[in-house]
Amino acid sequence: MHMWSLLGIAVVVLGFALRVNPLLTIAVAAGVTGTAAGISPVHIVEAFGKAFAQTRLIGVVFLVLPVIGILERYGLQERAKTLIAKLRGVSAGRLLLAYLLIRQAAAAFGVPLGGQAQVVRPLLAPMVEGAAETQIGRVSEKQRYWLRAHAAAAETIGLFFGEDIFIAIGSILLIKAFLQTEGIVVEPFALSVWAIPTAVLAAVIHGARLLLIDRQLRREAASPPPEKSRDDFSTSPQGGGGRS
Amino acid sequence: MITLEHVYILTGLMGAAFTVLSALDQSNPKRWGNAAFWGVLSLSFLFGSELSDFWNGVIVIVLVVIGGFGLMHRSAAVTSTPQTRRAHAERFGNWLFLPAIIVPVVALIGTLAFKGSAFIDSKNTTLVFLAIGVLFALAVCYAWLRPPLLAPLEDGRRLVDTIGWATVLPQMLASLGAVFALAGVGDAVGHIATHTLPLGSPVAAVIAYCLGMALFTFVMGNAFAAFPVMTAGIGLPLIVHTFHGDPVIMGAIGMLAGYSGTLMTPMAANFNIVPAALLELPDRNGVIKVQVPTALMLLAANTVLMAVLVYRF
Repeated sequence: MHMWSLLGIAVVVLGFALRVNPLLTIAVAAGVTGTAAGISPVHIVEAFGKAFAQTRLIGVVFLVLPVIGILERYGLQERAKTLIAKLRGVSAGRLLLAYLLIRQAAAAFGVPLGGQAQVVRPLLAPMVEGAAETQIGRVSEKQRYWLRAHAAAAETIGLFFGEDIFIAIGSILLIKAFLQTEGIVVEPFALSVWAIPTAVLAAVIHGARLLLIDRQLRREAASPPPEKSRDDFSTSPQGGGGRS
Repeated sequence: MITLEHVYILTGLMGAAFTVLSALDQSNPKRWGNAAFWGVLSLSFLFGSELSDFWNGVIVIVLVVIGGFGLMHRSAAVTSTPQTRRAHAERFGNWLFLPAIIVPVVALIGTLAFKGSAFIDSKNTTLVFLAIGVLFALAVCYAWLRPPLLAPLEDGRRLVDTIGWATVLPQMLASLGAVFALAGVGDAVGHIATHTLPLGSPVAAVIAYCLGMALFTFVMGNAFAAFPVMTAGIGLPLIVHTFHGDPVIMGAIGMLAGYSGTLMTPMAANFNIVPAALLELPDRNGVIKVQVPTALMLLAANTVLMAVLVYRF
């Protein structure tokens, strides 16, 4: 066993901690770990290149960018904000909660709905910002970034803690395949059933945090933090929060 | 049959268009860096399946050099002004949502309708229909909005430039995982975990397994990489064989404990770093920061759940 191969992990941790460019960090980590394990440089390059070509399907999602881009040119984000502003009783927190639950339910049934590029940037994030503007009027730059981050988080958390209920998902098949190599045969359905308690807890825990967003927005509106002066993006000529 | 290969070629062609537009963009002081990056990346999509492993590796090295040493610069936006956007939004109304919804809806219907069809690569139906949905949505946009011919590509480049070199980060991390696996990193971690942690009681074993899943996932950026290591190292020998826990409950909840690690790590770039770039957050870790409280509470909850359930069934 090559204990020195663990050096690569140290490189990754150090690289991210020191905020070195992640591409460089990864390349160095691969080189260090491979060399420590006695793999020749050419083989490291080959192994890395092979894996890179095999994982290109991760990059296919960027195909949606021209569609989202052209719709943004014609006012998609502005429209999303207007639509939400017209609905009564919609708040940033409740909107995020609704999305979390829908995302989780869809993932549980294996429905490929959502996505950071497909839904969060063009629709969910502007809708949440629009809802917050309706709630409290002025939304500071800091709040805007915080709400956007929450939109991305609702997407990921909904996906993660919903998808394992669906039997044909990669993680369930991986658990099944691995246990099988150890001589334990299980049905995917048996595994997915035990993902349900965590799914419920995720909906409750994260849902509660999302509802607290509304309270925090109200509190901050009542006593705005003094740090920022140029925070009113809703009336500045830059429009959508510097999203030019 | 339409396969993933066709989707790669389409993606590569889009990258080639970004390359040309970047090279022509005189407003960008580092236009050649951008053009080189998108150009080499599009080579990977167009020819990656034909190239040898070594030349695919060379592609990666070139991307790392361009992206890693700051040879790229985000291009200035060539798009509409906020005023015209508001006017357009007023004019086109809620119909603007339609093309945006076409993509996921086509992906969904296609996935369900063509499951096991001979025309579509059955392993990648959703991705194939994502591409088909994109083409369909673009056709609708051209017919309805009548944008300038290159507008979708210009706006696509505007968005991809907000992400920049981070576009390849998820692939880079997945590839690093492959090199780690080849070098036996997983075995080494499992060895250390089982030889240094106090695992004398059933509950201690559960705690070590769940925390180990989260921690190793945090380091690797992927619960799938952590699962075989921690399960072979702690889960099966201790929880199942020594203390007679249920392997099904252990596996299902153990994987979910790992997801808490995914929510907290910059290594899970496609979930945490790319969205932060896509949403133009000034803080690269902005998404992670809002996820940490939920991740920690769920990790605790999963540990308790497993401790309560795994020895009972």
